[in-house]
Amino acid sequence: MNSRYEVVIGLEVHVQLTTKTKIFCGCSPGFGQSPNSQTCPVCLGLPGALPVLNRQVVEDAIKAGLATNCQIAPRSIFARKNYFYPDLPKGYQISQFELPICEHGWLDIETEESGEKRIGITRIHMEEDAGKLLHNDDNSSSVDLNRACTPLLEVVSEPDMRSSDEAIAYLKQLHQIVVYLGVCDGNLEEGSFRCDANVSVRPWGQKELGTRAELKNLNSFRFIKQAIEYEVERQIDIIDDGGEVVQETRLFDPDAGVSRSMRSKEEAHDYRYFPDPDLLPLQVADEWVERVRNGLPELPLDKISRYQNDLGLPAYNAGVLAAERPVAEYFEALVALHNNPKICSNWVMGEVLGALKEKGLKIAECPVSPELLAGILKRIDDNTISGKIAKTVFEEVWQTGKTADQVIEEKGLKQVTDTGAIEAIVDEVIAANPGQVAEYRGGKEKLMGFFVGQVMKASKGKANPGMANQLLKKKLAE
Amino acid sequence: MKFQDLTIQDMRQKLLAGDLSSVELTRACLERIKATDSTLNAFITVCEDESLAAAEQADQQIAAGNMGLLTGIPVAVKDIFNTLDVRTTCGSKILDNYVSPYDATAIAKLREQGAIIVGKLNMDEFAMGSSNENSAAGAVHNPWDTERVPGGSSGGSAAAVAAGQVVATLGTDTGGSVRQPASHCGVVGLKPTYGRVSRYGVVAFASSLDQVGPVAGNVEDCALMLNVVAGYDPADSTSVDCPVPDYLKNLNAGVTGKKIGLPKEYFIDGLDPEIKQAVDAAIETYRQLGAEIVEVSLPHTDYSVACYYLIAMAEASSNLARYDGVRFGKRQDPGEGLIGMYQQTRSAGFGDEVKRRIMLGTYALSSGYYDAYYLKAQKVRTLIRQDFLKVFEEVDLLLTPVAPTPAFKIGEMVDDPLQMYLSDIFTIPTNLAGTCAMSFPCGFSERGLPIGLQLIGQPFAEDEMLQAAYAFEQATDWNQRVPEV
Repeated sequence: MNSRYEVVIGLEVHVQLTTKTKIFCGCSPGFGQSPNSQTCPVCLGLPGALPVLNRQVVEDAIKAGLATNCQIAPRSIFARKNYFYPDLPKGYQISQFELPICEHGWLDIETEESGEKRIGITRIHMEEDAGKLLHNDDNSSSVDLNRACTPLLEVVSEPDMRSSDEAIAYLKQLHQIVVYLGVCDGNLEEGSFRCDANVSVRPWGQKELGTRAELKNLNSFRFIKQAIEYEVERQIDIIDDGGEVVQETRLFDPDAGVSRSMRSKEEAHDYRYFPDPDLLPLQVADEWVERVRNGLPELPLDKISRYQNDLGLPAYNAGVLAAERPVAEYFEALVALHNNPKICSNWVMGEVLGALKEKGLKIAECPVSPELLAGILKRIDDNTISGKIAKTVFEEVWQTGKTADQVIEEKGLKQVTDTGAIEAIVDEVIAANPGQVAEYRGGKEKLMGFFVGQVMKASKGKANPGMANQLLKKKLAE
Repeated sequence: MKFQDLTIQDMRQKLLAGDLSSVELTRACLERIKATDSTLNAFITVCEDESLAAAEQADQQIAAGNMGLLTGIPVAVKDIFNTLDVRTTCGSKILDNYVSPYDATAIAKLREQGAIIVGKLNMDEFAMGSSNENSAAGAVHNPWDTERVPGGSSGGSAAAVAAGQVVATLGTDTGGSVRQPASHCGVVGLKPTYGRVSRYGVVAFASSLDQVGPVAGNVEDCALMLNVVAGYDPADSTSVDCPVPDYLKNLNAGVTGKKIGLPKEYFIDGLDPEIKQAVDAAIETYRQLGAEIVEVSLPHTDYSVACYYLIAMAEASSNLARYDGVRFGKRQDPGEGLIGMYQQTRSAGFGDEVKRRIMLGTYALSSGYYDAYYLKAQKVRTLIRQDFLKVFEEVDLLLTPVAPTPAFKIGEMVDDPLQMYLSDIFTIPTNLAGTCAMSFPCGFSERGLPIGLQLIGQPFAEDEMLQAAYAFEQATDWNQRVPEV
């Protein structure tokens, strides 16, 4: 924290929706397809073509609005944002301006420095994306309109953040929410979740905001943090040198770690917004909002508190398990089959996530289903196998897809609980290690671990460790 | 009997009876166009081969007993409708070579009913004009006096019907662009209620005002054309999903007991005396036909023209942004970067009137002016709409002149755009109100120029309006006269 200047950050996030079709036409928003193959008269902006609003986009906007505590407007308006650019086929972008679908929301974030804090969300509106320019070797450019008309939500925060850490905490939570809702794939690098940051500084205690710069091209959380920190320093340097910060748009260059001016306020567009006469005002009935509200998944923060309060998990475990919806769902499915949240949590966080990470797999691709894992945990509980053997069983289940019982049976991993059999091994171990036996009997009781280890080794891990311990104690005391 | 004296209904009967084939009819039509269009310039594109091929197919369909409402009948459409594989210029140099990959919904509906589309009709560039002088394809000449304008912007659509080139056409009406040329050319033109006909595939001028409308030689044919094109279209969010009546069904219902309002603001001192006389006589005819005539008031009429031009130009400035040389228009690139390319391409591609409207519209939407111009115009528009809705609580229809004067001479008004804008004064308010209106012949000036009468109907009451027009047409013989071309 700077001792003289307060940092003020507001964020605009573009969330690309994962709807089957584009926002105003029936084309699929195909990515990675050959240029202009996913187009029709509407998204090409051909003369006479007209937009028709995709209902799913509205539903996704309502979901995002409800999940961020926004009010859903019963009536909202699509507006045209007019500007010329070759990737904008109609010469205007259909967006929302004066009456967006969601307003007055908030998210609670937590950072080490400032603890818990509420960040206001000014608005969320729906809009269409533009196409893409491809720059050719011969100094010409080509236009690919596959992305044109792809649905976006723009989430605009209040200028409530005071550090790059707060900005990142807000972004991560927003990111988690839209991915949780299933409305966005959350891929920052591919631009599914794009962030512009408005950054300014002001002397502590000053009420008016300083002049802000808008930072663009921030496609990872790390770059966002870097770019904000660079910008704060840049602005403070300017002010300290007696200069004035100018309002401008700056492009962050992650390779160089610096930002460069893209256009100043004087060059800024007058977008000449006006209501799009091709689209009627959007009416959202209360019943629709309620239906969406009832269908919302449990959100990460709610899950974390439930995992702590109802399942008795430590905060750390709750956070890890709730971070991604598929992991949380896996965990919850497991707990439903094996009602021991602590053990389930340990296994999901340890074996399951560990193995997935090692193999580079997602949890949806995990070969050990919650059912299979529950089968393993059940055999630990009923003493059929030890915790240690269970890890071997897990690996085998992972490899073969067989059930725990099949693996235990085939590999003969069943724990030995027959007193006679264990006693025989104990006798062997005592006979084979006279020196240690003498030392033990002479008072070196630490050696018990050694004896148990020997018994387990001789039984190939199958001896019940508790029973081995008991028998050893008895025999050694004789 | 010459083919140009036949109505759509006559043609249908002859085609069904086998007295005439579609190929014969289409050939006669193409010959008539060939014979007259060097004088009139009503067509931008004539589709000779395509229409003869379609006519052959139509004859087979008729022989097979598959007769649609327009099977085998040659019609033509304003060059504002996107037509698959035939160029769509919209009267502009900037779309000179533009061939659309799709059919407008109205065109698809014409084809569904078997119509033969023989060509694309001349128009003011992007439908901006009241005289059809603003066309990259040159002015259209009025068949009644070729030194005069046919009206605009659907000048080609009206002139072609008047001259018997085709029996019916489609135009579009944003501020009177179907009704005013219909009036000047002595034919029947109808602007449906906003939302009655799909705008999908119609090159947009002013989206909240544009509406597709038929032009025909008589009320019955006009009703038939409306039957073909009317209806909800899920591809046009502003089209309205309400049932479409059969407009031909009760055409002879008459006007007995109907209450027809005369808005006093439309009967102003400056009205041409010959027009006043013709309209007065029409009022008398309606009285005799059993209608009750009452004076009514539409108090915000005075603001219509200013309100209309602000809204229309604002929307146009945005609608025409896509013609920027990137994909449309002959690219003019002096190598000064993107802005230079935009400026040069648009300067070279658009005509003066279009440029004037783009600039005015851009200004009206600009930051700092939006509230004073566009927003205020929208508020006035609401008041104008309320005027109509209120008056329709008292009367069934409104009767007014269509244009303040008969057709003027080509070149007479080109230097006075404001005066030209005022020639739409009686037609504009209905576009702002979104209701339906139509123009049909009610007399001739001493010079022999046609004079049109306007009926304005309640929203989605085109049937009632057509019935009243039909009653008048049956009681008079104004539509029997044809120009000599």
